[in-house]
Amino acid sequence: MKLLDKIFKFNGGVQAETNKKVSTKNPIKSLPIPSELRLPLRQHIGNIAKLRVKVGDQVLKGELIAEADGNISAAIHAPTSGKIKSIEKLVIPHPSGLPDFCVTIVPDKKDQWIKKTPIDWEKIGIEETNKLLLNSGIVGLGGAAFPSHLKTRNNRKNPINTLIVNAAECEPYITCDDMLMKERSKDLIEGIKLVQSLLGAKETIIGIEDNKPESYEIISKLILKESNIHIKVVPTVYPSGYAKSLIFLINGIKISKEKLPPEYGIQMFNVATIIAIYKFIIHGETSLSRIVTITGNVKEPGNYDVLFGTPLDSLIKDAGGQKIKTNTFIMGGPMMGFKLPSIDVSVTKTMNCVISAEPEMIDNKKEPLPCIRCSKCAEACPVSLQPQELYWFSKSDQFEKAQNYNLFDCIECGCCSYVCPSNIPLVQFYRYAKSEIIAESIIKEEADIARDRTDFRILRLEREKKERAQRNAERRAENTNAEKSKLIEEKRAEIKATLERIENNRENE
Amino acid sequence: MLTSILIILFLAIIIGLVLGFSSIKFKVEGDPIIDKIDSILPQTQCGQCNYPGCKPYATAIAKGDADINQCPPGGEKGVRALAELMGVDYKPLNEEHGITKPKSIAFIDEETCIGCTLCIQACPVDAILGAAKQMHTIIEKECTGCELCLPPCPVDCITMEPIEENTENWKWKYPVYSISTIKTKVNH
Repeated sequence: MKLLDKIFKFNGGVQAETNKKVSTKNPIKSLPIPSELRLPLRQHIGNIAKLRVKVGDQVLKGELIAEADGNISAAIHAPTSGKIKSIEKLVIPHPSGLPDFCVTIVPDKKDQWIKKTPIDWEKIGIEETNKLLLNSGIVGLGGAAFPSHLKTRNNRKNPINTLIVNAAECEPYITCDDMLMKERSKDLIEGIKLVQSLLGAKETIIGIEDNKPESYEIISKLILKESNIHIKVVPTVYPSGYAKSLIFLINGIKISKEKLPPEYGIQMFNVATIIAIYKFIIHGETSLSRIVTITGNVKEPGNYDVLFGTPLDSLIKDAGGQKIKTNTFIMGGPMMGFKLPSIDVSVTKTMNCVISAEPEMIDNKKEPLPCIRCSKCAEACPVSLQPQELYWFSKSDQFEKAQNYNLFDCIECGCCSYVCPSNIPLVQFYRYAKSEIIAESIIKEEADIARDRTDFRILRLEREKKERAQRNAERRAENTNAEKSKLIEEKRAEIKATLERIENNRENE
Repeated sequence: MLTSILIILFLAIIIGLVLGFSSIKFKVEGDPIIDKIDSILPQTQCGQCNYPGCKPYATAIAKGDADINQCPPGGEKGVRALAELMGVDYKPLNEEHGITKPKSIAFIDEETCIGCTLCIQACPVDAILGAAKQMHTIIEKECTGCELCLPPCPVDCITMEPIEENTENWKWKYPVYSISTIKTKVNH
């Protein structure tokens, strides 16, 4: 047990004002079914879900609306029973503010479930269970939205020894996981046992930050009798919830940059994801809702259990409305989140928190000054990069150099921007550089395909030319008699006449 | 005296053999400079450079027959990359060959298409699907936007549609902000 108590501190990170208390005063509130649900088809990492309904269809709660397209994708289900009103491009909660395909459902308020089919996973085996999980719609609910079936699938090469449950919730303002642990701890423990046996892991360690003492107490009591589930308190240092940081904090294992946790026998799930998997396998309930923290400039900050597709403005209204009118809403936390393009968006699987930004959060933002090369950002970087160098290279479009300085290891946690005394929006520069590099590599790939296709076309034309020549030679050998050549003459004259006619027509025009 | 000659001779033979062997073993197929130039060119195969495709243009550059600023789809970036590779000075794009346009893809109005196959024959990357007297359509993913299908169409049913920004191809924008100046009192 001694080793279990030991914490391995990672480099960097920041201790930001957490601002979590305001939203944990009240219990999780369930909301009435809204008058309209708008479900974007792009709510997860990977391929956009494939539509399986049409306008006018009647759907039941939990019915498949769009299925996973390929392996790296996730399904989308109807969060309540109702009628499909429209399928059109609408604004989705995405930093671009661009519209994307959304299915709009008008609920019939009966909330009628489709037949639930719990899974006897021990009987059908892990592989079959995983196939079902592919269309469960479950994605990582911590905010990354990585399809969960990719994490639970049986991997013979890398057997999993340890399941780490991510309960760190390190980002300021967000409290949805904390509230979930307080109120649904029994489901969580059952879920942990289930996921642990799904993975074939020997033990589970729950990693929780020391700013959640109540949740810690509740869970510690529940796991007293469980010999292979442990809880480990980690200090409140952002970003302790980043997978590789949390693994290091707990186990002291440094996951090298090209590798993933399973290669070290570790798999990690967020608490909300564990409960979602539990609900799907034991109760046959697909992923239909999540807990969202609504905080900041609202009268009743708190956590709300909301159906996917719930309009954000109705959610803000339920949170007592805004104290002062602002049009700025931040999705996710203040460190990694982004400004929502408008309030006219709906709750998605990635929406863990919405902050109605207070005026001083935006207006008083100090203007950036030139970089003074103080290297505070390098000290704060949890992945040991050199943010100041990356900043220079990204700013001057020297993408190759930026890549040499491991730009793609950057997790965009925002620690560097947070500590920068010159208020330089460093992460924005890295995001810019990353998306430029990705776009360039796509163009390169397309060019390679075009090159191959042209080469093939040239080859094909040559081949066809040869074949034609051969055919002509054969025909010529056949057409030796005069009669046939006469026939050809006639045909030629005919063609010539036609051509002349066309020419005349053109001239007349 | 004799030993030194023998040693030198022996060394010469050994080195000669090694060099001879490696020249066969590590022989580079094709002209590497042409491939390098070709990899910079955008592979639009549009022929705006007055050569029938990107590879012929690359060959011409390598030979010194063509200038580096004849490729509008490659744009300024392409010219700069070519200048660096060839070790010559950058020069602005020659506008005789056209101007850089945002990437577009061809779109066939299927109502108007008469199925003449002329565009299929013109497409340098075989990105048009169809048969005689059958409706034709563009394979969006393969279209390079070269516009070579436009002139042969007898009914003008092909248009170039610029690629719209969507949530998939959207890019984070370059952060633009004004840097504030600190006012300091200067004591003279």
